[in-house]
Amino acid sequence: MNEFLVITIGAILVNNFVLSKFLGVCPFLGVSKKLDTALGMSGAVIFVMTLASLVSSIINQLLLVPMKLQYLQTLVFIVVIASLVQLVEIMLQKLSAKLYESLGIFLPLITTNCAVLGAVVLNAKSAPESVQSTWYGATIYGFCSALGFALALILFSSLREKLDLAKVPEAFEGTAISLVTAGILAMAFLGFSGLV
Amino acid sequence: MDILFPILTVGILGIFLGVIIGIVAKVFAVDIDERIEQVEEMLPGANCGGCGFAGCADFAKGVVAGKATPAGCPVCSPEDVVAISEYLGIAAEEKEKMVALVRCSGDIPNTVRSLYNGVRDCRSAVLVAGGAKGCDYGCLGFGSCAEACPFGAIEIRNGLAVVHKELCVGCENCVAACPKNLITMVPASAATHVYCNSPEKGAVKRKVCKTACIACRKCVKASGEEDYMEIDGFLVRSNYENPPPASLVEAAGCPTSALRVDTEHIKGAYGGASK
Ligand code: SF4
Ligand code: SF4
Repeated sequence: MNEFLVITIGAILVNNFVLSKFLGVCPFLGVSKKLDTALGMSGAVIFVMTLASLVSSIINQLLLVPMKLQYLQTLVFIVVIASLVQLVEIMLQKLSAKLYESLGIFLPLITTNCAVLGAVVLNAKSAPESVQSTWYGATIYGFCSALGFALALILFSSLREKLDLAKVPEAFEGTAISLVTAGILAMAFLGFSGLV
Repeated sequence: MDILFPILTVGILGIFLGVIIGIVAKVFAVDIDERIEQVEEMLPGANCGGCGFAGCADFAKGVVAGKATPAGCPVCSPEDVVAISEYLGIAAEEKEKMVALVRCSGDIPNTVRSLYNGVRDCRSAVLVAGGAKGCDYGCLGFGSCAEACPFGAIEIRNGLAVVHKELCVGCENCVAACPKNLITMVPASAATHVYCNSPEKGAVKRKVCKTACIACRKCVKASGEEDYMEIDGFLVRSNYENPPPASLVEAAGCPTSALRVDTEHIKGAYGGASK
């Protein structure tokens, strides 16, 4: 139990995917201009990342590890994630057209999201033993990493909405000030590093 | 042999996932009306919003669902409207092409202006004492309309917006953008317009603008029996039910040149034509 608490806090705060591992930075910068879109993207990422962690850890443990094919991990995981996103998209279109329309553009974006691939690869390679060897450990880790991504995205989009109203020196306007803000936010998250 | 096994594994995995996707796609197939796609193809794809829908795709949905008619798209040429109607098997409506008309001829040499140092945008300028122009009803010339036009049909000449009729598709984006409500839609076939929008008395207008309509009614007289012109207080307008021919401009000899032919207006052929 204690172990999973550590994984949770570690994934959300200490090893935050965006702010300390610098994965998934493009959606972080691209989809964070407005809080609504950030929420949409976060929801989609949480869903796909959790599912991808589950499926790929099963494939890893049942197929790749026993057959000593670990070197194929990256290749296989990319295929798995892409198919998963495709599946989710097809099903969503039928089951909830509303959600499909609001997520519409974000879902395909996730196919190539390095944070998702990162979570899956870490699950299989360098995460704690309990994560690497069990499907539920991997799922929890994936889910928490996605929560961390969502947290960063939501925080950042709220900051950017405020920034729009602030008086920013001309040279810093737009992307420049966003990057500076992202950097400061990342530094703030560094403060969590002693936690676990 | 060492290489065969991994290749097989990845290959089989790929095929397996592909089959799953195939099955799911079959089970969860959504019927998309292919007419929507077809209609969207036939639309101009300008996504200007002139139809009142969120874009061409949305409009196509509306048309197929019967919520809109093809003629609702202002950018569509009459031939396209007919083609779409034929495709959907509905009666094509007659559609007269409408274009924007900026009802002002007060360019910089002809009008009184005061100093304005603010943002170069009509809507901002209006907030400062109605904009820095002697005439409260005239074009400010910072080109909010030109900026709003997705087709580049409006040009600012000497601080006056002029519409290039052949580029204008009638989407009405400029109408909404102009804070002075100067722009109206008129039939493209009409070529002679009164370029003035001020309801004030002739003498008041003339103090601030050399090319204002002073309602002298020369044009009304010149039209004789035909009611080409409409009188509205101190302002005369073309009657677009029965638009005046270009020859009326010669015949009337408008003393302020507020009555103009639109082609000449764009060329700037009337520069300071006050007599
Ligand atoms: S027509 Fe209206 S929006 Fe266009 S320049 Fe004149 S005042 Fe501005
Ligand atoms: S001039 Fe006005 S109506 Fe004509 S295309 Fe431009 S924005 Fe649309």
